[in-house]
Amino acid sequence: MAAEESAFNIHPMDQFVIKPLFGHGDILWYTPTNATLWMGITVLAVIAMLVLGTRGRAIVPSRSQSIAEEIYAFVHKMVEDIAGKEGLKYFPYIMTLFMFIVLANVLGLLPMSFTTTSHIAVTATMAMAVFLFVTLLGFYKNGFKFLSLFWVSSAPLVLRPILAIIEIISYFVRPVSHSIRLAGNMMAGHAVIKVFAGFAGAMGIGAVAPIAGIMAVYGLEMLVTVIQAYVFTILTCVYLNDALHPVH
Amino acid sequence: MATGVEGDLVQMGAYIGAGLACTGMGGAAVGVGHVVGNYLSGALRNPSAAGGQTATMFIGIAFSEALGIFSFLVALLLMFAV
Repeated sequence: MAAEESAFNIHPMDQFVIKPLFGHGDILWYTPTNATLWMGITVLAVIAMLVLGTRGRAIVPSRSQSIAEEIYAFVHKMVEDIAGKEGLKYFPYIMTLFMFIVLANVLGLLPMSFTTTSHIAVTATMAMAVFLFVTLLGFYKNGFKFLSLFWVSSAPLVLRPILAIIEIISYFVRPVSHSIRLAGNMMAGHAVIKVFAGFAGAMGIGAVAPIAGIMAVYGLEMLVTVIQAYVFTILTCVYLNDALHPVH
Repeated sequence: MATGVEGDLVQMGAYIGAGLACTGMGGAAVGVGHVVGNYLSGALRNPSAAGGQTATMFIGIAFSEALGIFSFLVALLLMFAV
C-alpha cells in the first residue's frame, strides 16, 4: 500500500478492521468484537423503533408510532405487490431482513461507528439464508415442477436447453450478487468518505473544499444506505415470487 | 508472494489490473443511466402508470449495478488479496 505521508494519515480501509472489544488478543468465534457490538446496537435500535414506538397504540399515532407504522405498511405492500397474497405468509422474515439491513447501514454512517453490512461475511450469511429458504420453499411448494423455472417454455424448442444453462447459472449466482451488492456498496461509500477525510487532513486551510465534498457524499450515502436495504428486500421478494409461482 | 524484482513486478501488475478493473464501473454507470432514463421517458409519456413500475426500475438498477460492484470487488481483491 502506498502510505500517504499526511498529518492525519488515515487509511480509507482501516474503518473496516474487526477488532476485539477488550484487549488485543486473537479473534475466536466467541470473542466480542466491534462487529458484535454494532450488530447488537442495530438489534436494539430495531426494537426501540418498532416495539417502543408502537407501545402507545394510539388511534391517532404519535410521531414515533407513525414511523413504525409507515415502515410496516411499506414493506407489507412491497411483499404483496411482488410476491402476491401467498407471499404475505413470509412477511415477518422479510420485514426482519429489511429492518436489520436498513438500521445497520444507517448506524454505520455515524462517525467512529462500524458498518456490519460492509463485511461480505455478514451479507453472505443473509443472502445464503434467503437462497436456501427460497430453493427449499420452491421444492416444498411445487415439487419437481419448480424446475420449470429453468425451462423457458415461451422460447423456441432449439433455444430452450441453452437458455436452461443460462438460467441455472444465473440462479446460482444469485446469492453471490445479492450479498456482494450490499457489502460492496457499503464498503465503497464509506471508503469514499474516508478518502475525502484524508484529503482534508493533508490540505490545511484549503480543507474547506474536501469537507464540503464529505457533506455531499454523506448526503448521497444516506440515500444509498436506504436504497440498498430496499433493493436487498425487493430482490428477496422477487426470489420468493419465483419460488411460489415458478411459471416461466 | 514472490520477492525481489519479481515481487515488484507482481505488485505493479496487481495495481495496473486494479486500475483497469475500475473501467468496469463506467459500464455499470451507463447501464444504470440507461435504465433510469428509459423509465423517466416512459413515465413522462404515461404518468399514471409510472408509480407501479418504480419497483421494477429499482430491480433493473440493482441487476446492472451488481456488475459494476463486481469490478470494484476485483479491484479490491487485486489490491489487498493478491
